[in-house]
Order: sequence, then C-alpha cells, then structure tokens
Amino acid sequence: MTTASPRRAAILGGNRIPFARQFGPYAKASNQDMFTAALEGLVARYGLAGERLGEVVGGAVIKHSRDFNLTREAVLGSSLAPETTAFDVQQACGTGLENAILVSNKIKLGQIESGIAGGVDTASDAPIMVTEKLRQKLLKINRAKSTVDMAKVALEIRPGDFGVETPANTEPRTGLSMGEHMAITAKKWGITREAQDELAALSHQNLAAAYDRGFFDDLMTSYLGLAKDQNLRPDSTVEKLAKLKPVFGKGEGATMTAGNSTPLTDGASAVLLGSEEWAAAHNIPVQAYFVDGEVAAVDYVHGDEGLLMAPAYAVPRLLARQGLSLQDFDYYEIHEAFASTVLSTMKAWEDEEFCTQRLGLEKPLGSIDRSKLNVNGSSLAAGHPFAATGGRIVASLAKMLHEKGPGSRGLISICAAGGQGVVAILEGA
Amino acid sequence: MAFNYGQFVSGGVGKQLATTLGLPRPTKLRRHKLGASLVPGEVLVAGHGDAPVAERVRHLLSEAGVKVATSPSTSVAGVVLDLTAIETPADLETLRGVVGPALKTLAPTGRVIVIGRPPESATSVAQAAARRAVEGIVRSIGKEMRGGGTANTVLVAEGADAGVDATVRFLLSGRSAYVSAQVFHVAKPVADIAAPADWDLPLAGKVAVVTGAVRGIGAAIADTLARDGATIIAVDVPQAGGPLAEVANRLGGTALQLDVTAEDAGAKIVEHAKARHGGFDIVVHNAGITRDKLLANTEADRWDSVLQVNLLSILRMNEALIPAINDGGHIVNVSSIAGIAGNRGQTNYAASKAGVIGMTQSLAADKTVVKKGITVNAVAPGFIETEMTAKVPFATREVGRLMNSLSQGGQPVDVAETIGFFAWDANRGVTGNVVRVCGQMLMGA
Repeated sequence: MTTASPRRAAILGGNRIPFARQFGPYAKASNQDMFTAALEGLVARYGLAGERLGEVVGGAVIKHSRDFNLTREAVLGSSLAPETTAFDVQQACGTGLENAILVSNKIKLGQIESGIAGGVDTASDAPIMVTEKLRQKLLKINRAKSTVDMAKVALEIRPGDFGVETPANTEPRTGLSMGEHMAITAKKWGITREAQDELAALSHQNLAAAYDRGFFDDLMTSYLGLAKDQNLRPDSTVEKLAKLKPVFGKGEGATMTAGNSTPLTDGASAVLLGSEEWAAAHNIPVQAYFVDGEVAAVDYVHGDEGLLMAPAYAVPRLLARQGLSLQDFDYYEIHEAFASTVLSTMKAWEDEEFCTQRLGLEKPLGSIDRSKLNVNGSSLAAGHPFAATGGRIVASLAKMLHEKGPGSRGLISICAAGGQGVVAILEGA
Repeated sequence: MAFNYGQFVSGGVGKQLATTLGLPRPTKLRRHKLGASLVPGEVLVAGHGDAPVAERVRHLLSEAGVKVATSPSTSVAGVVLDLTAIETPADLETLRGVVGPALKTLAPTGRVIVIGRPPESATSVAQAAARRAVEGIVRSIGKEMRGGGTANTVLVAEGADAGVDATVRFLLSGRSAYVSAQVFHVAKPVADIAAPADWDLPLAGKVAVVTGAVRGIGAAIADTLARDGATIIAVDVPQAGGPLAEVANRLGGTALQLDVTAEDAGAKIVEHAKARHGGFDIVVHNAGITRDKLLANTEADRWDSVLQVNLLSILRMNEALIPAINDGGHIVNVSSIAGIAGNRGQTNYAASKAGVIGMTQSLAADKTVVKKGITVNAVAPGFIETEMTAKVPFATREVGRLMNSLSQGGQPVDVAETIGFFAWDANRGVTGNVVRVCGQMLMGA
C-alpha cells in the first residue's frame, strides 16, 4: 500500500471579538451570540456571505445544556450558507487549537475544502445548576405517573436541598482549583514572583504595542461597544504588579497574584482554513500553513506531574515527528494561563533530569529565545475565554508568520484542564 | 421620539391645522424602485430652433418605454426643454410658452429639465446673457413647484450631446428625488460612454470602495451601489468593526477595517481590492467627522482632526488609489452644504467640505485622471435625516427640514442615488461637478 503525502492546510485569516472581563460588557451575551459575532466578522472580512463552507468546528468549555448544538446554531445565525455543517468539541482550554487540528486534518485529507475552527466561552452568562439532591428529586417528580406520586416526592424535598451551583474552575478529581494546582508546580520549579511579574508586564506592553501599530485591525471586530481587550493595561509595570497580594498557594512561598494569573473572561474567536485551491479560487491570500499538531496528557491525579505540564510532553513528540529542534522557530506562542505556567514549561525543557527521565530524551530540549515569545502579548493581557484562546493564537501567529515570510515557523503550546496539553506548528506562507 | 413636522402634518389634527393655517405640507417624494418605469407618465419634450438635444431625449424616452407628449396642454409627469439653440434673451419666450402652461397640470413629483449650453462658450454677449438666464429661471421654477416636483438645468458643451442621456435619465427618475435647482455640466466624455445592459443594474460587475460605510449616509451608499449591481468593499474604523461586518455581510461584500487618516490607508485599500476583487472601479470618499465649536473657541486638535479625516486623508489616499483604480473608473467625494454656504460653529467642517469641492474640480481636470478616463465629482448633502441630524436641537432641526423647496429633509438614499449616478459608465461626460442633494435648500443657493 502506498500512502500519498496529504496536501497542505492553509490558514487564511481569523477574527475574534475583543475579550471582556467577567461581568463586563458581555455580561448578558450568550456563547451563541459571541460566537456568531466572531463568525460574522470573519465572513465579512473574507466576503463569505452565502458561502457553503466545508465545516465549522467550535465549542465552549462552560456550556448550557440548551447549547447542545452551539456551533450549528451560530452558523444558522450567521451569514454563511445554512448548508454549512458544524459541530462542537469540548477539550477544556485546548478546544480552539484542537478544532484547528481537526479542520486542518480534514482539509489535508481532501474531505473538505474549507472550514472554520474556533471557540467561545463566557464566564458571565454561566449555567446555573441546582444541588444534586434536588436535581434527583425533580427528575423523580418528572417520572411520577400520578399527581399523588408527584406530591409524595415533592414532600421529600428538604430545605437543605435548595441552593445553586455554577461551574467551578476546579479539578473534579483533586478538588483543587487550577491556580492551586499551578502554585504547586510553580513552587516545584522554583519560579519566582519577580519572573512571573516580569512576564505579565511584558504581556501587557506587547499587546498594547500590537494595538498601537494596528496589528489587530484585520484580526478583530468590535462587539457591544468594546474595541480592545478589556483586561489590557498598557501602563502595566513590574513595580505595579509587585504590589498585588498572592491569591494562589499559601504562606511565604506564594507567588501567584491576580496580576500574573489570567482573569475569567468572555469572548470568541474563529479561524478560516482552506485548501490552497479553495483559497486561490476565492482570491484569499494564504497567511500560513497548519503543519502539525499533537496532544499529550499527564497523570496529575496519582502521578506527581503538574496539572498544566502536558504541553511540555506534547512539544518534544511533535518536534521529533517533524524532525525539528526547539530552537527552529521564529515565534513561540505559549498560552499564559498563569505566568508561572509559561516559566515552568520553559524551565522543564531546559532541565536535564526532566528531559531525560520524564521525556525520555538524550539531552535537554534547551532554552528558547525569549524575544520570540508571545511577542504580541498573550492571555495575561488579552484575557482567556477558555475555548476562544486557541483561535486567538492561531490567527495572530499566522499573520505574524506571513509578515515574517515564507518558511518561517511558529510553535503553539496550550495547557488545558484535566492535565492535557495541545500544541501545534505553523509555517509562514 | 423626536417631533417631526412633516409627519405631524401628514394626517389627523396636524393635517387639519396645516391646511387651515396654510402651512406647507411635504409630499412623499417619488424614489427609485427596482423595475419601476423611468417616470410615471408622459414627458413633454420641446425645444427652441432646431433643438438637437430634444431629438436625443425623444429617442432615449422611447427606448425606456416612456411616451413623449408634444402639447403643453396635456397633463405630464415631466418637461424636457432643449434651449441649446437660443441666441438672445428674446428666445427665452420659448421656455415661458412651454413650461408655464405645463406647470399648471404637471403631475405630483413632476420634473422640469432645461437643457442649455454653458454661457462661457457663448459666441455673443447676448447669447451668454440668454444662456445664463436659464439657470435663474430654473431655480425660480424650483421654488414655484409644488407636490414634490424638481427643476434642474443641464448645460451641455458643444459636441458633447451624447453625454446628456445619463443626466436626463437620472433627473427624470426617482433617483433624483431630492435634487432640485442644480446645474449639471456635461462635457466631452473622458472615456467611452457605455450604457448598461440593464438600467436596473447600472453598476453590474463593478467593484466599489465606500469609506465610512457603517453609519447613516455611508451605509445607504453601500446599500444603493450594491442594489445597482456593484460589489462593495465597506471601509470603516476598527472601532466600528462589528457594525461594519453587518453592512458587508448584508451586501455580500467585504469589510476592510482601517483608519482613513493612517499613512498607508490608500495602499491597504488597493491591496485588499486587488487581492480580493481583482481591482476596483469606484471610490466613494464618504468618511467624515464633525467637531463643532465657534471659531473663537476651536482648539488646534478639533481643527486638525476634522481636516485630517475629511480632507487630508482623501488627498493622501488618492495618491495610492488613482494609479490603481481601473481605467474608466469613478471617484465621488462627499462635500456638504456647509462647504458651500458655511455654517455657524463649523469653520473646520466647512473648511474641509469646501476643500473637497476644490479638490474635486482640480482632480477632474488632472492630466493623469483624464487620461485614465476617470470622472471625479462631489455631492453636497443638505439636511438629510440621519442619526447625526436627529441630535440637532428641535428648532434648528425643523428649520433645516423645512427651509427648502420640498419642505422636508432628504433621506440618506437620496445622497446615495446621486453618488450612484456619478459612478455610471454611461455617465462619463459629467466630471468636476458638485451637485447638491438638498431639495433646493434656501441656504447658500
């Protein structure tokens, strides 16, 4: 059997709405509203009104049960042809990038000619759940065959059954919040407060500079009166960040503050991908190619690996498959879930013991040139609406690589809840 | 909702009151509808002497399926009078004899179009006087007309008669609903006149760039050009990206977010148009802002920002756009009545909008522009019903609305229709023109 080398999947452009802080301007916007807005901006930028695309893949981490067909509903509310198929994916913060892998794979295999990969999340318009006890009793009432039976079950409901729950940023198997998990990892890798604050300040400064030079003019459409990421503080400095009190971790060694951790955010993003033929037929220039993606998971429950360390494992596997070294890139996009996530990951790649014993490599992957890291800001400044982050990064990196020129390379690394990590390589066109 | 005199007097107590007191009651204007006939009724065509243009008009009307009336006694929907052959003011008697009686029976939303020659090219003093008199008569007729009627002058240069068709069509049609008392100058065409295959789609196959496409008049321009067959590149500032996407998607065009004052704005438009649409044929410089203050209180930044957005940006963008626009293309600038008449508290705005007129006239005569067969024209809107004018204080707003021969404000689409007319390939004899879309506003006539 011969295997033909698959064709390339091109990244043609992207769009996102500015990210808003929880309970900010998008407080009343639903996931469907926001994702539709992101799609509409993309459709307008590339003149796709009425066009049938091969697929739209979206998703959200925090979802209402009514949003069982979130992406399809957003497509139907958009200007795309209603014949465009759609489905949802849910892989925590890896959702957006995973969707780009899915769409690019389908394009490479010739199953589709074009597609949109994206994601959305709201930390404001969250679903509200009743307590588990009450839920079980209500379901029982629903099953009851007679009014008398219903009344009997209704009488079983106790005052203590009442109460509401919202989705929590907590790992179900450990009961620890993501920040608490990260604090353990940060301590283990000896990540200092100063290093974290430096990274955070730089993220804000880089993002502000990107806005100033109009970098986002063709990557973003305003929404509900917001034209820039609400979390951005252009005047952020290490000195200002140093004044904040730690919020994760305990006592003396606590280093993680609200300033060097991403806030809860609302937002949506979408990336247009296509075959080179489709792009040419639609007069859309290719910005970059989606070369390859890899996903890894770690045992953070019983093992002693950190919850957000999976990308450290995914990247070397991807590099090996592509025959590249960690230093073969023009840009690195390491999602800033927390400043310490980025710093721990980079430190791990430089660490001999970690690289030989945990990754099974002969020598450390080495360090990366920090001047190539998150050069237009990342999640600490922009915010991080979970499933929307992948699309934000893919679209921005594709544009950066296009500006850099053909053959330039970029690496994306995104950590996700559940001890998973999604990584990818893009190449400039 | 803000009080609107026109709506108040259109029915009920308001109507009774207005009738009793003899107050003006605006007529609902006849606006262009897809598939509607050019003009709803017969058109009287007459002329002085051998009237060479009248013959063209008769032919045009029969092609458009409009019946030509020959007697002033018939009730008609329009009158076209060819005065190109007049020699002395005595010859103006022809106009009195034809148009006078016709006005008595002219149907509502009627049209009076008088075609003459430019006084500047007259061969005698008497002829120049007669030719110049036409404009005065027509402006007066505009003020005498009732029922939403309009009167306009068309001055055709010697040897440029073929170019008159587009203007006559426009003026008879509902597209010119709010255009009255204007003088259209038709010169030798800068490129071959090309009538469209379908007069309902005069811009079919064309690509049009519209700046400031999100709000009011800009959105109407985009809508109207798209309705007439053009593919729209909708341009507005990144801060308006969401609503801009709505405009682009509604029209099946593309959205381009940029600040027109940016150094590379023109280059970015060219790049987008070439990459995505293979080039562009029409540019409408509509983006504009106001920063009103009395001159005595106007700070440098208020002065500068208005001039930057409304005038300097166009000059800068044109440096990139003119070499790139397809040959035979059309540039349309949006001026303002304030640029003609001036306006209290708007020195900066008036400067920019009067500057637009100077720029339009100079550019139309520019060698490169003429060689490429590009027309350059401007519209000067009067009181147009937009979000912007809705914010004007009540009394000022009502004065603005009523101080014109049609006793009402215009709609954004009225401005857009005139812009569309400037963009026709059938209209290549009209360049360097500034047409007011103001219902013959009393200001600055």
